Amino acid sequence: MSNGTASVLIANARLLDPSSGMDATGFAAIRGGVIVHAGPKAPKGRFEETVEAAGRWLMPGLVDLCARPREPGAMYKASIRSEMAAAQAGGITALCMPPDTRPVIDTPSVVDRILGRVAHAGGRLDVLVLGALTQGLAGEALPDMAALAGTGVVGVSNAYAPLANVLVARRALEYARGVGLTVHAIPQERSLSNGGCAHEGAVATRLGLPGIPTAAETVAIAQWLALVEQTGARVHFGRLSSARGVEMIAQAQAKGLPVTADVAAHQLFLTEDDIGEYDAQCHVLPPLRTQADRAALREGVRTGAIGAICSDHQPHEADAKIDPFPMTEPGISALETLLPLTLQLVHERLLEPLAAAARLCSGPAAVLGRPLGSLSAGAPAHLVLVDPARRWTLRGERMRSAGRNTPFDGRAFRGRAARTWHAGVCVFDDGAPLV
Amino acid sequence: MTGSLQLDENGRLKHLLTIEGLSRELLTQILDRAETFVAQPRRKSALLHGRTVVNLFFEASTRTRTTFELAAKRLSADVINLDVQASSTSKGETLLDTLATLQAMHVDMFVIRHPASGAAHFFARQAGPGVAVLNAGDGRHAHPTQALLDMFTIRKHKKDFRKLSVAIVGDILHSRVARSDIRALRTLGTADIRAIGPRTLIPAEVESLGARPYYSLDEGLEGADVVMLLRLQKERMSGYYIPSPGEFFRTFGLTRQRLAQLKPDAIVMHPGPINRGIEIEGDVAYGERSLILQQVTHGIAVRMAVMAMILGEGRGRRGKA
Repeated sequence: MSNGTASVLIANARLLDPSSGMDATGFAAIRGGVIVHAGPKAPKGRFEETVEAAGRWLMPGLVDLCARPREPGAMYKASIRSEMAAAQAGGITALCMPPDTRPVIDTPSVVDRILGRVAHAGGRLDVLVLGALTQGLAGEALPDMAALAGTGVVGVSNAYAPLANVLVARRALEYARGVGLTVHAIPQERSLSNGGCAHEGAVATRLGLPGIPTAAETVAIAQWLALVEQTGARVHFGRLSSARGVEMIAQAQAKGLPVTADVAAHQLFLTEDDIGEYDAQCHVLPPLRTQADRAALREGVRTGAIGAICSDHQPHEADAKIDPFPMTEPGISALETLLPLTLQLVHERLLEPLAAAARLCSGPAAVLGRPLGSLSAGAPAHLVLVDPARRWTLRGERMRSAGRNTPFDGRAFRGRAARTWHAGVCVFDDGAPLV
Repeated sequence: MTGSLQLDENGRLKHLLTIEGLSRELLTQILDRAETFVAQPRRKSALLHGRTVVNLFFEASTRTRTTFELAAKRLSADVINLDVQASSTSKGETLLDTLATLQAMHVDMFVIRHPASGAAHFFARQAGPGVAVLNAGDGRHAHPTQALLDMFTIRKHKKDFRKLSVAIVGDILHSRVARSDIRALRTLGTADIRAIGPRTLIPAEVESLGARPYYSLDEGLEGADVVMLLRLQKERMSGYYIPSPGEFFRTFGLTRQRLAQLKPDAIVMHPGPINRGIEIEGDVAYGERSLILQQVTHGIAVRMAVMAMILGEGRGRRGKA
């Protein structure tokens, strides 16, 4: 692993650049922390290091639209330092944190504090921050949103917290639009989810688990969409879980509304059936729904109505999952499975490799409005070299994340990150020989 | 998966967590065993002599706990009753700590009632080898001994489960009794199982449990051989589940008048405690069709049978020594 910003030539890789549509075998070169070349021909000049990458894919580093490093506020679960290592191993070079930390990210000083912690941990990961949509996420009053925008927050969100009423939502959208911020909504009508912990359907009925109806998602989407029509504000819908939700988003996009959406990778693989006999690792919010929902989410990813796949990373200490199912904390430690699960979609022929790169890199970068997710010359050298054929098995105890809570423990995967560069620095090397 | 958790490699009961996964043969075996205890109600058995049974109740209960206690005592077990406020144990550590502490006292069986669905599975997974868990009700999920005593009671009065029409009336959504009864009836071969109540109290996809929903009591009771009423919890008597207890009684309460329309040999059951004038008219509750008090008596025998089958006959931890 190199410590400095060496000049590196990556030779004979399959170059996947979703921002330009390039999918070709060729050469990429890094110099001074930026990409200086990516194309079929070898660049001129000498490089300190040459990486022979035949059979590998080189794509932009992953941009994860939702990950919780648990810092500040819940460092007994994880820290920016521990999760930075996990992200790097997962090929992720930028991640976006929701504002539901303690303290809540509703003032510039909290943003500064977080960015300070990132720098203190080495800074080898772009940590992007969502500001709070309301003060303290209490759902009532707007924070100093222009001040937050000045610190570089990439959007505003109320995370899982409800808003006091629809008027607050309307004013927040109008104001956010005025300061040029996208509103990130996790569509869930709290009064309908009503303390539930599983999809309201056959499995919850059999296990006696309080259910969350599909309408908890669709009612919220409908309300946000009506306000988007009213205000013209940009809304990103995070963590879709239902077929009807995907359909509503696709219709809104067809009408030209400025809305985007993402899905957590686990929603493309698991359903309510995976809860089995109360497997708390499958306790997630929004809940795992039916096979028809999963199929529609996959189709939405294929068509691009869902433009991004995210990890929805929520690392927990072991105790958080040791309880009767409804009392456990929801969420999956997912930074290290985002890329492998998405590669699985390629192996299953749902996505072409370039489309997979689009959902992981350029799609989320566009939502954030950041010049990330690209191999074009001059872009920061955030890159991941993917070994698409490597067979391996996920073992919780070998995860880099401080949270080992994953329903994929023991699952066999094909493909993973071989090397990750952040601003031209190799931050992860799986150690496997490349040739 | 349930099977492997509550059954040993020979298919015998290790824990009793849910009716799901139990065979018709095993259910019949439990009911047959209960017959031997009903026949001699006051006689004390030494089957569980030297064993310790802990009633660990995270939810208030008088009758269920009492019948478990009596059952264990009639089998000569040492019994400890622990009422734990669930609110003070909202942390996983505390639940685990409670279990670990009690296990260190060499407990052989935990009888557990807990407000969270899946709690019995959780305790069974966490319990040490040779420590049995008997589910006395977990959230909305299961109440297997109630279902067994209900089946025992039905079997006393009806010949063939396969020919029965069984109407279960009331708050099916929140009812662990209904879920376990439906499962037990299906296992014993009953095809016509009806879940009757207002739409707000019938769970999503109730058909997947094996019951057909009815939203009118008169339609649902038509031709029924067995009517099983459920208790309506106080907190659900007003608001958005039902408007008022009075309206519930008028639409889904079992009155003398409705009783008269039932088949002449139809029987009426209720897990208790009853809400007079809400699920059932007072006269009906202790009338000649009602088996409510028999259910209580049978409850002790059925619980003795389950305890004996899990811990008796030289089984369980110290039985192996």
